[in-house]
Order: sequence, then C-alpha cells, then structure tokens
Amino acid sequence: MLPPRLRQLLADPDFREGFRDMRAVGLGISAWGLVTGVAMVKSGLSTWLALVISLTVYAGSAQLAALPLIAAGAPLALVLGAAFCVNLRFVVFSAQMRPYLERLSLFKRVAYGYLIGDVNLVIMLRRHPVALGTPEQTRYFLGGGTVNWLFWQVPSIAGIFLANLFPDSWGVGFAGTLALLAIVLGLMANRAVAGVIVLASALSTALFWLPVKLNLVLAIALALVVGMSWDAWSQRRTGLAM
Amino acid sequence: MHLEAEIALVAGLTAVTIVTRAMFLFPHKAWNLPSRLRLALRYAPAAALAAVVAPELLLTTDLGPSWVKLGAAVVASGYYLWRRGILGTIVSGMAVYWILIGLRAWLG
Repeated sequence: MLPPRLRQLLADPDFREGFRDMRAVGLGISAWGLVTGVAMVKSGLSTWLALVISLTVYAGSAQLAALPLIAAGAPLALVLGAAFCVNLRFVVFSAQMRPYLERLSLFKRVAYGYLIGDVNLVIMLRRHPVALGTPEQTRYFLGGGTVNWLFWQVPSIAGIFLANLFPDSWGVGFAGTLALLAIVLGLMANRAVAGVIVLASALSTALFWLPVKLNLVLAIALALVVGMSWDAWSQRRTGLAM
Repeated sequence: MHLEAEIALVAGLTAVTIVTRAMFLFPHKAWNLPSRLRLALRYAPAAALAAVVAPELLLTTDLGPSWVKLGAAVVASGYYLWRRGILGTIVSGMAVYWILIGLRAWLG
C-alpha cells in the first residue's frame, strides 16, 4: 500500500504529464545508462562500488569521463577535477531551473537539483518556457525528473550486475565513447565552442603519452584559456556586452 | 582499490554532483550569473568531454584500431546531427564498429 501523499502525487495531472513527456524519450537515456553500468564494471570497478556511484553520482558523462582516469590510477584530485569540469554544465542548468524552484524549501531545491539532467531540462523548458514557480510547474518537473531517474538507474544497475555477460570483444566501452560524442556534439552551440572542442581534442591526443592522464588537465586548461581570451577579444572588437 | 580510496572516490564524486547541480539552488536569495562567466561555463564541459573522447577515437587502443573507431564515430556523428537522439547515435555507431571489426578479422 502506497502512502497517501505519494498516491496523490502519482495521480496528479501535472506530474503525469511530465512523466509521459519524458517517457517518450526515455529509451535513449536507458541505452546510455546500460552502457555506463557495463562500462563501469568492465573498467575494473567492483560491483558494489559501481552500484553506489550509479545511485549517488547519477551523472553519466562524468562517470564515463572518470573511468579511464580511475583505471589508470590517476590521483583522486585529477579524477574529481575532470568530473567537476564535465559537470559544470549543470551549474548553468541550475541557474536556469532556479526561477522554477525558488519557492521550495532548501531541502527540496537541492533534491530537485539532483534530478536535473540533460534531457529532462530540455523537456521542462519546452513545456514551460516562462518560469512562474507554480506548484503545477514544479510537479511537472518532478514527473519528468522521476522518469529520467528511473529510466537511467534501472538499466544502469542491470548493466552493473550483468556486465560479465557481455564479452570484452563486443567493445561495449566504445558505446560509452559514442554516448559522450553525442553530448559533445550537443554542446556545440557556436563556432567558439567548436574551436574549443577541436583544440582540446588535438591537445589531449598529442599529449596522450604523459603519465596519469595529465594530457586531460593540460588540454582542458589550455582550451579554456584560449576560449575565454577569444570571448574577451571579440567583446572588445565589437564593443558589445555579451 | 582500498576501501578508504573507494570511500573517498564516492564521497568526492557525490560532492561534485551535488555542488554543481544545486549551485544556484543553495542560496536563499537569487543571484545572477555574469554572462561572460556563463559563456566560459559552456566551454569547460565541451573541452573536458572532447579531451576524454578524442584520444579514444584517434589512437589505437584496446577497443580497436583508430580507423575502425573513426569510421564508426563519423556515422554516429552524422546520425546525431541529423536526428539528435542518443539511442540512434549509439546503435548506428556500434553497427559500423562491429562491421569494421568483422571486416578487419576477415581480411586477416
């Protein structure tokens, strides 16, 4: 028997609408979750560690980006630094979601923040382009966020437990690389971002011989410096505030 | 990995997730992200993910020779730019990957 408040939420029309809208695009999230779960165990994490990371971290791209570093025995600071950089897009998302959620309590704001994902954010902004912060909007977000979480976690956990059924020769890890490739392409909003992507790719590959994945640190740092200098330069040139 | 290292890893990654996802949700009063910083924040994830993905595609690794992975990545990218779906990107890329891996084994 479900508690009455949960039953009430599940029957709520806004919650159900968010649930339905997300379910329509859930298959892609599930494929990505499955691949991430399998890749975590294949890269050498123990089953329980992969399980805890899946449930607490809940950030597929950061998890996949951290795997080669963990496998290479990179220092913890480097692993966390890479995960932080990949997750910086969530900082922008949290700023976008703030006006929708600011009437909630601190605990709820942080809990809803944990549910923000690449796909359910897009669905939210499409359905409710103007933030009113009404209960209808927050319940719609909660519906979509719940689907996003379930459609990610269930296949991810299945992948963690069934990882050893996938032979190494199938190259499931490469599917993880393809998922990250899709996220990179999705972030390519303009020529400046494209330039940063090309530069980071070239530097990271050329410096691949460096120990403990230092190529990542140098590639990210240099690409960021060039990108931000480019912003400063083009801003001065056009004289417009960006 | 030692238990202490595993606990530190989980705690660190969880903190990263909570801090980044809720950065603008923690403060009680709203504050605006300067637009220049907002642009810079766009670069960091793109640079970090590209730095992870590129060597895996451009260099020969355990997952196969670079030409196989690049061929798969070109088709997967084409699919993504066409339909914007992650599922199709993974499926089309893996199909090409398996075909090319098979071709390589067949050619010896």
